Amino acid sequence: MKVSLFVTCIGDRFYAEASADAVRLLRSLDVEVDFPMGQTCCGQPAWNSGHLPEARRMAEHTLAVLKDAEYVVLPSGSCAAMLRCTYPHLLGRRELSDRSYELAQFIVDILGVHELGRGLEGRRLAYHHGCHALRELGVREQPEQLLRSGGAELVPWEMDQECCGFGGLFSVKTPEVSTAMADRKLDTLPAAETIVSADGGCLLQLESRARYRGLNLEFRSLASTLWEARRGSP
Amino acid sequence: MEVHSRDYAKRARAILRDTPGVREAVTAATRSFDDHRRSAFAELDGEALRDWAEGVKSHALTHLDRYLEQAESRLMERGAHVHWAETAEDVHRILRELVEREGVRRAVKAKSMLSEEVGVNPLLEAEGVEVFETDLGEYIIQLLGEPPSHIVGPAIHRSLEDTQALFSERLGTATDASPEELAGAARGILREAFLAADLGISGGNFLVAETGSIALIENEGNIRMSTSLPRVHVALVGIEKILPRLADLSTFLQVTSKSATGQPVGTFVSIIQGPGGSRGGEPDGPEELHVVLVDNGRTRLLADPEAWEALRCVRCGACLNICPVYRQTGGHAYGYVYSGPIGAVISPGLVSLEETFPLPFASSLCGACAEVCPVRIPIPHLLHTWRERAVEQGLTEGTARSLMKGWSRAATHPRLFDWIERAMAVLPDGISRRLPMLRDWTRGRSLPRATGPTFREIWKDGIE
Ligand code: SF4
Repeated sequence: MKVSLFVTCIGDRFYAEASADAVRLLRSLDVEVDFPMGQTCCGQPAWNSGHLPEARRMAEHTLAVLKDAEYVVLPSGSCAAMLRCTYPHLLGRRELSDRSYELAQFIVDILGVHELGRGLEGRRLAYHHGCHALRELGVREQPEQLLRSGGAELVPWEMDQECCGFGGLFSVKTPEVSTAMADRKLDTLPAAETIVSADGGCLLQLESRARYRGLNLEFRSLASTLWEARRGSP
Repeated sequence: MEVHSRDYAKRARAILRDTPGVREAVTAATRSFDDHRRSAFAELDGEALRDWAEGVKSHALTHLDRYLEQAESRLMERGAHVHWAETAEDVHRILRELVEREGVRRAVKAKSMLSEEVGVNPLLEAEGVEVFETDLGEYIIQLLGEPPSHIVGPAIHRSLEDTQALFSERLGTATDASPEELAGAARGILREAFLAADLGISGGNFLVAETGSIALIENEGNIRMSTSLPRVHVALVGIEKILPRLADLSTFLQVTSKSATGQPVGTFVSIIQGPGGSRGGEPDGPEELHVVLVDNGRTRLLADPEAWEALRCVRCGACLNICPVYRQTGGHAYGYVYSGPIGAVISPGLVSLEETFPLPFASSLCGACAEVCPVRIPIPHLLHTWRERAVEQGLTEGTARSLMKGWSRAATHPRLFDWIERAMAVLPDGISRRLPMLRDWTRGRSLPRATGPTFREIWKDGIE
């Protein structure tokens, strides 16, 4: 099976190693990974801030770059939601949407893989569900299942499905509200060593707030954590 | 009500900084409302109910003229006076005439968001009428001189301690009075007001076209007294409150109560069909019933094919309760009577986008509201619609517009994009901190780390 990886702008810049881990993980599952070089940003920042023509232009660019892909896999829930749920509205067609998946969604739903390895044995993790993965893609079980099967204990977190406060431009237009939302997440966090999420935007938000407050917490992408489960050692 | 929404960001900041207790009070109360809602729907087929409720409301709204006229005829047959108010000024005129003709000195009011929207209290006070809010929450904020901060719980931003202090100062109760004692103190004052008032003002949760019935849901019993004890009762009803049949009402009463507080149905439901007393041929009830059908921007919104769905709202508050943005500040940040997710999509429609401009941006687009709305208002979708219009109309900041233009240019030119992504790693922090968006990011957050190679560079080198 062959997939085209779409790492997204945040994955390219801020989570480059995590994106590389996504490649390693997919290859280890006998998937051939290809990386179309022309890819850039999915257009979500423009779409969310009301810049429709700009968002459409970026969607068209992405569509052109990925037109030959059998499957498109994104190590990002919200960008996957952009391709799957928003592109039909922007482009008036679904062709790319039906072939695009968030990483864990692809592994469980398309590859039919439910266990990766036991490399997370003894780890206590808290999982943050990104809003778009959860509510637009309906991805909830898949990442949790893969993490658990890796031997991790997922600590119950009453706020695991509440928004982290990122929201793109929202985070800089109303920084006080945005950071108060991040605080609500951080302040309700049970004892866990690492916070894992499929979304780079959420991780940036939570990590930047935690560092500002001097909290000693580790934030890690789902892709790297799943690769750790697969590979067997940290 | 005056609109202060343009200051949303400033107001939100001030609330978080100056009154941190508001965040705690609002979060605790909304979470408890939301837990109750969740358990109320646990044993039901909530999705089927929502489909049905959406269908009925959409049907009613798309046949509004017919149902409103039907309701008007039914009400008049029973001796009610029906008034049509296109604007808030029309409501004022109708009330002013009534106050003069009936010599009204004292009015009791049941909780009504519409009366806040059109500014009933300032009008009556200017006419020399003494006004008593009779809902406990409304009574509290009337004492404070504040607008409501939640559609269902107007004083949701005040803690018990706040109210103990307020009542002790104003009503002389003990500083550690229990909630029951506080309610008792208010009741003592309001009981007299009910008996002495010559005018009772209420809103209306629903207006049934088939029977001309006005339905009101409450928990305290004050609505029942406000609408039955005074000589004259005025019900202010938004024209979007119409339901076609009486059979629809029973389910809507339940759906609304469950969504609002998780109760199977509110403790008191009043269904008003017409006046009582000497004129209505009934021994009890007011002598006169005036029903004011209020438009105030609703027809205009209904004609807007991309935004009209907000009019299905039954004001249950479920979207506020689940909203992580609303939970941080409560409703006062929004600067208008309708706050939270529904406020962000209905206020631009009822008032204007210019006056309420940043409200559609007061959301992280998390989508939680759309999952709980009992009439399936696509709130995130409507937020997008209003955001696009704000950009088109040039209401947003120039910097954001140029940034998005530049970014989309870069994103359609992969080599330029690649260059920018790499440049981020070598930009000194001192400069990053001064860049327009990053400057705001660092208010309360560290700079994100953009070090090392980009994924593109790693890929070129080969991944093993
Ligand atoms: S928008 Fe929906 S959830 Fe929000 S108050 Fe109205 S009916 Fe309730």
